[in-house]
Amino acid sequence: MQQNPSSEPIVSLRDVQKSFGPLRVLDGVSFAVQRGEVLALIGRSGSGKSTALRCIDRFEKVDGGEIVVCGHRVDRPDVDLRALRQDVGIVFQSYNLFPHLTIEQNITLAPCAVKGMATAQARDLARKVLAQVGLEEKLHAYPEQLSGGQQQRAAIARSLAMQPKVMLFDEITSALDPELTSEVLKVIEQLAADGMTMVMVTHEMGFAKGIADRIVFMHRGKVHETGPASILTSPTTPELTQFVGTGNLKS
Amino acid sequence: MSIQLDFPAVLERWPSFLAGAVLTLELAFFATVLGALIGTLAAVGRGSRSAAIAGACKFYVEAIRNTPLLVQIFLVYFGLASLGLKLSAFTVAVAALTINVGAYTAEIMRAGFEAIPRGQIEAAEGLALSRLQIYWHIILLPAIEKVYPALTSQFVLLMLASSVCSQISAEELTAVANYIQSDTYRAFETYIIVAVLYIILSLVMRAGFWGLGLVLFPRRRRLGTPL
Repeated sequence: MQQNPSSEPIVSLRDVQKSFGPLRVLDGVSFAVQRGEVLALIGRSGSGKSTALRCIDRFEKVDGGEIVVCGHRVDRPDVDLRALRQDVGIVFQSYNLFPHLTIEQNITLAPCAVKGMATAQARDLARKVLAQVGLEEKLHAYPEQLSGGQQQRAAIARSLAMQPKVMLFDEITSALDPELTSEVLKVIEQLAADGMTMVMVTHEMGFAKGIADRIVFMHRGKVHETGPASILTSPTTPELTQFVGTGNLKS
Repeated sequence: MSIQLDFPAVLERWPSFLAGAVLTLELAFFATVLGALIGTLAAVGRGSRSAAIAGACKFYVEAIRNTPLLVQIFLVYFGLASLGLKLSAFTVAVAALTINVGAYTAEIMRAGFEAIPRGQIEAAEGLALSRLQIYWHIILLPAIEKVYPALTSQFVLLMLASSVCSQISAEELTAVANYIQSDTYRAFETYIIVAVLYIILSLVMRAGFWGLGLVLFPRRRRLGTPL
């Protein structure tokens, strides 16, 4: 775990408020993620962990509080969304690969369209990031020709190709069976070993314990308990005790 | 009672039939290309955050879909004339057909846009693509692929409906037929031939759209599965 108070955190949330209609989803959420740190957001369904993650990339607008991500004031209405999203990569539960494009085209699209990268260079990059997730041979396949685990690894590769400073993972293994889950988790482990800053919403407690530098346990829209991965084995609040005791209920 | 059919008397006018058929196909081609463009823009416009743009597109679509094509043609024909614009019957016909088919295309394309899962757009936004880039790279082709059979039917229907352009003396297939039957007094034979020619034109158009589909949708060509 890296604790370097002098350096700016990559992601910081301070007293973030968010309601969907009368439902208060985030009720004063604060946490920060340092460079190179892996933070796991855990909690029951409806605890606000996915919403908190989506606020970081401004897929949800907050009602109050402050969010700073790679220097971007995400809570402000005038935030440069495209600049923010070049610094932040996000991978979703449902992969969301573009079905009409080959895996190579899925990966090269954003580097070419957003960063103006030359096609040949983008293709080299596609090979490189696919090798990182162990899918070089799927370069010219279409998403539907891949298994769920392969599609999720391709989605991670697509995100990596934009060379983000921080990656967000929103329950990326929740749609996968255990075997496919482990192949995706291996990719994440490798990314962590390479020093990627990551925030992940996960139901895989064993995995969170193994890889996360810090755990944020959310309960009813608040950060209920936070600390190193060891809090999963020795929780201090009854809610987290109960949560880990029930064996990471899937949503 | 027996029917006496004399096709040779009518068929000897084949150069006129051919010219009419070609003109019908030309009308359909230009109106399809321009109508597809306008319709797609109107479909995008209906989803605009600006209420004025969305409202204008909605008004256009509803106004056209709830008035007869023949009335629209007359409105364009006499409207442009009263503005002092002297345009050929062909130009007026293309303009009126474009305005007409554009509205129907807008509705079909809107259905196509709505069939794109929200997650696709979020993934594209997450990759920092602009709104225009998302429409162009992520939404447009899958949307067209999803509604392609409906679009094809609409454009074939447009070609058939172009027969009412005979009313403003555009020299398309039906106008030619009207002329020939009044000349030869062989109305039944003339319209049988015209009907067969329209069927052939429909088949030509459907073949064209099939070929275009192969070019536009390489994934479908390779895998054969629906999107």
